[in-house]
Amino acid sequence: MTDLTPEDKYSAKPIRIGEVDPHPDKPTGEFISIVVSNDYVNDEYLKMVVDVPDRALTAKAGQFYHLLCPTPDGAEVWMRRPMSIYRVDTGNKRLEFLYKKEGRGTQGMAMLEKGEEFNIVGPLGVGFWLEEGWKNIVVLGRGVGLATLAPLSQLAAEHNVGVTAILSARNPEVVMSRDLFEGLGANVIEVVDTDGSSDVDNVEKILEGLITDGKADAFFTCGSNRLLTLMKRLGKAHDIPGQVAMEQNMACGLGACYICMRTFEVDGEKTLRRVCRDGPCFNMQEAVGW
Amino acid sequence: MVDLSVKIGDVTLQNPIMPASGAFSWDYGDVIDLNRLGGLVAKTICREPRLGNPTPRMAETEAGIIQSIGLPGKGIDYFLENIVPEYNKWEPPLIVSVSADTAEDFAAMTRDLSVDGVDVIEVNISCPTKAPSGGNFAMHSEHTKEVMDGIRAATDKPVWAKLSPNAGDIVSIAVAAEEAGADALVLCNTFLSLKIRTDNFRPALGNKFGGLVSPALKPIVMRMVYQVAQECSIPVIGIGGVTKAEDVVEYMLAGASGVGIGYAGFRNPTALTTIIDDLDEWCDERGIKEISELIGAVRDDDIEWDPLVAASHGV
Repeated sequence: MTDLTPEDKYSAKPIRIGEVDPHPDKPTGEFISIVVSNDYVNDEYLKMVVDVPDRALTAKAGQFYHLLCPTPDGAEVWMRRPMSIYRVDTGNKRLEFLYKKEGRGTQGMAMLEKGEEFNIVGPLGVGFWLEEGWKNIVVLGRGVGLATLAPLSQLAAEHNVGVTAILSARNPEVVMSRDLFEGLGANVIEVVDTDGSSDVDNVEKILEGLITDGKADAFFTCGSNRLLTLMKRLGKAHDIPGQVAMEQNMACGLGACYICMRTFEVDGEKTLRRVCRDGPCFNMQEAVGW
Repeated sequence: MVDLSVKIGDVTLQNPIMPASGAFSWDYGDVIDLNRLGGLVAKTICREPRLGNPTPRMAETEAGIIQSIGLPGKGIDYFLENIVPEYNKWEPPLIVSVSADTAEDFAAMTRDLSVDGVDVIEVNISCPTKAPSGGNFAMHSEHTKEVMDGIRAATDKPVWAKLSPNAGDIVSIAVAAEEAGADALVLCNTFLSLKIRTDNFRPALGNKFGGLVSPALKPIVMRMVYQVAQECSIPVIGIGGVTKAEDVVEYMLAGASGVGIGYAGFRNPTALTTIIDDLDEWCDERGIKEISELIGAVRDDDIEWDPLVAASHGV
């Protein structure tokens, strides 16, 4: 609009890098990010790094962005794709996403090249939280779920909370987030399918050991229903609180449309919650799984 | 300075841009300034709490998404105590959408919702996915007349009737709603649709059927708005496939006084405010001082019907 100035305190459009932010106090924005890189980090996963406006950097561990992916084929990708944040790089004013090329959204996302614009909405949702008195936490994730858990390493480091990260994957080559956790002082345990160490029985032994050693004041998980079930059971038995990051197809991402529902059980009663706004990070004991 | 305001009966909107019911909540205030919208349209409320439909509630198709939410909500008491005040923190008029299974309860709910803080009651007599039977009065003109008569008698608030594109003859439904005393007509609810997955042979939605949400709806609803506006004298609000300012202009030329936006707001949370700004600019560039000039301004009274003459004209 020609007669609009920043003083009008509103701008209708998505916010670009270097522009005056019309809504600096709003928790969420629609931003035009610029792709810095978008490459495979191993046989299965890609990492996208984007430059973003300042407000986009307010993302907390466990929150997500809603990505307007280009189409990989002849039809439109109609809805955005929710994706958890792998890393917030405040120094370079960048966000990082770690993803696997699977559906049409991520196929389209993988086509983006350095310098291209990428429309992102966020940060969105309830992230992970740390409570008073937690000295040591256990993070257990599998596959791309480890990308969601990765920012916990930073959050824990900022609060001087010790981390044991159990990283589960099909084979050692595709264990994700090892460097991020190790770099921030976490005790990293890798378990893989190829040698059977990722079996639930073995993971349970590892968790039991950590509980005995006093290293498990809280549990965190993402990416595997099997591992959620395990952590939930042990958490209940040993009275260890926990959180799980969940996913579901979404439309608006803001809480308006009620498409991204999951079942939860609170005080014996089943209920539905929105993954986008009530989560995506939830009290593990209330999550019913998927 | 362009005057973007429009009158829908006795209600004046600062601009013709509203969200479509179901596609919006105050949560959008996290991203945009809701005070810029023409109206705030709440999700449809039912008398009792409802969980809504089984998931998956959305599936993508080549032509848009189909969705089936099933009117989840916490019931009318919670709505009046908590949700109306939430919307009343903002300035634009509040349009409350309501659904019921019977004509009697529609009237009773309309009465119950006729309180301070509610500016307009939009009666959703056309939800395609609420239940396999009942609720969708707008499929037949006599049912429309019956339910609207009761609603009209129950309230002095402005009543907007939301109609169904799935009805055979939308014009007769619209006429029935007008004759029963509706203050405005909202065209349309979503188009009943089906997607079957070829990988597992199952319907893609938990509720089987869903409503199509897509820019593809625009030309179809445009035709309906045009036809209804020709026959009815009350204002029409067009909903279907608006993604840019020119779409709003087009609906207004067809006879709409306002538009509702769903899909575009899902895709871009800033879409509604972007469209308002672009609409202002569009009018300004063309010297249009009042946007209401556009309502019904389609130039079709001098269409050349002789094919031989028409084919010699430019495009």
